[in-house]
Amino acid sequence: MNSMQATADSSARPALMRHFLGLMGKTLFIALVLAFFVIPVLWLVFAPFDAHPSLTIKAPQFTFHNFEVLFQTPGAIASLGNSIILALGTMILVLVLGALASYALSRVKIPGRDILLYTLLLLSSIITGTAAMVPTFLLMVKLGLIDSQLGVILILGSGIMPTVIFILKDFMDSIPKSYEESARIYGAKPLRILWDVGVPLARPGLATIAVWAVVQVWGNFLVPYILLQTPSRTPAAVVIYTFYTEGGQPNLALISAFSLLFSIPVIAMYFFVNTRYGFRFYGGIKS
Amino acid sequence: MSEIDADAAASQKLRKSERVKRKGNRTSEDGDSAGLGKGRAAAFVAPAMLLIAIFLVFPALWTLYLGLTNYRLTGFAATHPRFVGIDNYVNALTDSRFLNSLGLTLLFVLGSAVIGQSVLGFAIAWMMTRVRKGVKSVVEFFVLLAWIVPSSVSTFLWLALLDRNNGTLNTLFGTGTTAWLLQFPMQSIIVFNTWVGTAFSMLLFSSALGAVPPTQLESSKIAGAGAWAQLRDVIFPHIRSHVLTNTILITLWTFNTFTPYLLTAGGPDHRSEILPVYIYRLALSEGSLGQGSAVSLIMILINLVIALVYLRILREKKS
Repeated sequence: MNSMQATADSSARPALMRHFLGLMGKTLFIALVLAFFVIPVLWLVFAPFDAHPSLTIKAPQFTFHNFEVLFQTPGAIASLGNSIILALGTMILVLVLGALASYALSRVKIPGRDILLYTLLLLSSIITGTAAMVPTFLLMVKLGLIDSQLGVILILGSGIMPTVIFILKDFMDSIPKSYEESARIYGAKPLRILWDVGVPLARPGLATIAVWAVVQVWGNFLVPYILLQTPSRTPAAVVIYTFYTEGGQPNLALISAFSLLFSIPVIAMYFFVNTRYGFRFYGGIKS
Repeated sequence: MSEIDADAAASQKLRKSERVKRKGNRTSEDGDSAGLGKGRAAAFVAPAMLLIAIFLVFPALWTLYLGLTNYRLTGFAATHPRFVGIDNYVNALTDSRFLNSLGLTLLFVLGSAVIGQSVLGFAIAWMMTRVRKGVKSVVEFFVLLAWIVPSSVSTFLWLALLDRNNGTLNTLFGTGTTAWLLQFPMQSIIVFNTWVGTAFSMLLFSSALGAVPPTQLESSKIAGAGAWAQLRDVIFPHIRSHVLTNTILITLWTFNTFTPYLLTAGGPDHRSEILPVYIYRLALSEGSLGQGSAVSLIMILINLVIALVYLRILREKKS
C-alpha cells in the first residue's frame, strides 16, 4: 500500500528505488546467513555417502560402504551403546530424584525454600564442568569411581539437577491440587499420590526434562573425556576422536558416517519436542 | 488461686486451638494437598540435595583448599602435597600465560557472544519478522541445526571447512592453502562459537520482538521514522530486559565452553588458550593440580559475579 501511494506522487522514483534496494539488501542478508549456517553442515550430508570422502564438500560417488566399515569397526557401535547407557542412566537419576524434590518443594513450604531455590540456580550456573574439572577428577579417584560409567552419570546428573528441579517445580506448581486432596481422602499415602496422581499429570514436564537430560549428556565431551579411560566404556562423543587411519590421518570415511549416526537421534528428539511442546523451555536446553 | 489457674488453663487451651486452626489454615494455603508434612517433604528433597552436595558443591569447596597446595598429578607432591598459601594465586596473577589466557577469554566472550551471537541473532530475528513464513522456517531450521549437532560433530564439520589442503573455505574463496586454524586461531574459534550459539539469541529475540505492540510500530512508521530510528526509539526500549538476560546467559556459557579445545587445543603456541582450555592443560596434561585449582577458583569467582548481576536484574524485573 505504501508503494502504491508513493507512485501517485512526484517522489515515485526514489521511493521505488528505496524499496528495490531494501529488497536487495534483505535477500542478500538472508543468502549470507543461509550460506554461513548451511555450508559447514553440507559435509555431514555428503561425506558419509561418498566412496572417497575428503574434507572437501563435493557431490558424492554414492555408496553405503562407509556404514558397512563402521559396523565392522570394533568399538564404534558399542560406543553408541555407551552413550545410550550414560544418557538413560542420567535421565533416570535426575527424573526420579528431581520429581521427588520438586514435588515436595512445590507442595510444602520448607523453611528457607526460596533461598534454597535461588542458591541452586546460582550454583548450577557458576560451578560448571570446566571450572570444577580438577576437584571432580580427584573426587572420583578417591571414591574409586574413576573410569566408571556410574561416576560419569553421578557427575553429569548432579550438574543438571538444579535446573531439573527448577523446571519441574514450575510444572508441579501448575498441577491442580484437588486431585491429590481427593486421593488423600481415600487414604492414599504421599508416595502413592505422587506416583498415581502427580506423575501422570506432570507428564509433559517430565517428558521435556527427559529429552533435555538426554540431549545434554549425549553431546557432553569433557566429563567422559576426563573420567573414562577404558575404550570399551567410552561414549561416542569421545570415541569419534580415535578414528585414525594407519597413516595417522583422520579416517574420514569412518568419522563422517559415524557423525551422521551420532547426530540423528538428538536432531530427531529436538524436532519431536519442538513440534509437540514448542521451544518454550529453550532457556537451558544446551549450554 | 484456682480461679487464676483455671483461667490460665482456659486461655492456654484457647490459644492452642487458635494455633491449631491457624496451622491448619496455613497448610491448606501452602497447598500441601498430599499431606506430606514438613518431615516427609524434607525426606523427598534430601536425595537430590545429597547428590548436589557431594558431586557439585563439595568439588567447588575442595577447589578452595586445593588451590592453596602444591598438589600434583604425579611424583612426590602427589603423595605429599604441601600447603603453600596464596602462592598459586600470586603465581597466576603474575604469570604471563594466565594473563594471556584471561585476555583471550575476554576477547572470545566479547567477539563471539556479546557481538557475534547477540548481534547476528537479533539481526536474524528482526529480519524474520519481515519475510514470508516459509523463508522464516527454513532459516530458523538451519540456525537451530548448528546449535543442536553434538559438539564433537560440529568441530569436525569446522575442521573440514577450515582444512588447509582440502578445506571448503579455501576452495570457495580461492585462498590457496591458508591454514586458518594455525594462522588465525582466535578468529576461527570466535566465528565457530558464533555459528554454534546464535540460535539461542535468535529464539530469545524473536519471542521478544513478538511482544512489541504493532500499533507503536505503525505509528512510528506514519510519523516517518526510518528503520534505524524505529529500532532505537520503539523496539529497543521494549526488549531492553531481554537484551540483558540474553547477554548474561550467553556470556556465562561462552566463558565456560570447552569445545574450542577440539578445534585448536589452545594452540598454536597458546594463541587460542582460553581459560577452560588453560585449566585443562595446566592441571590434567601438565599435572599441576594445585595451580590449576587456583585458576579454577578465579574462574568460579568470575562466574559468580556474572550470575549475581543476573539475579539482581531478575529481581528488579520482578518487583
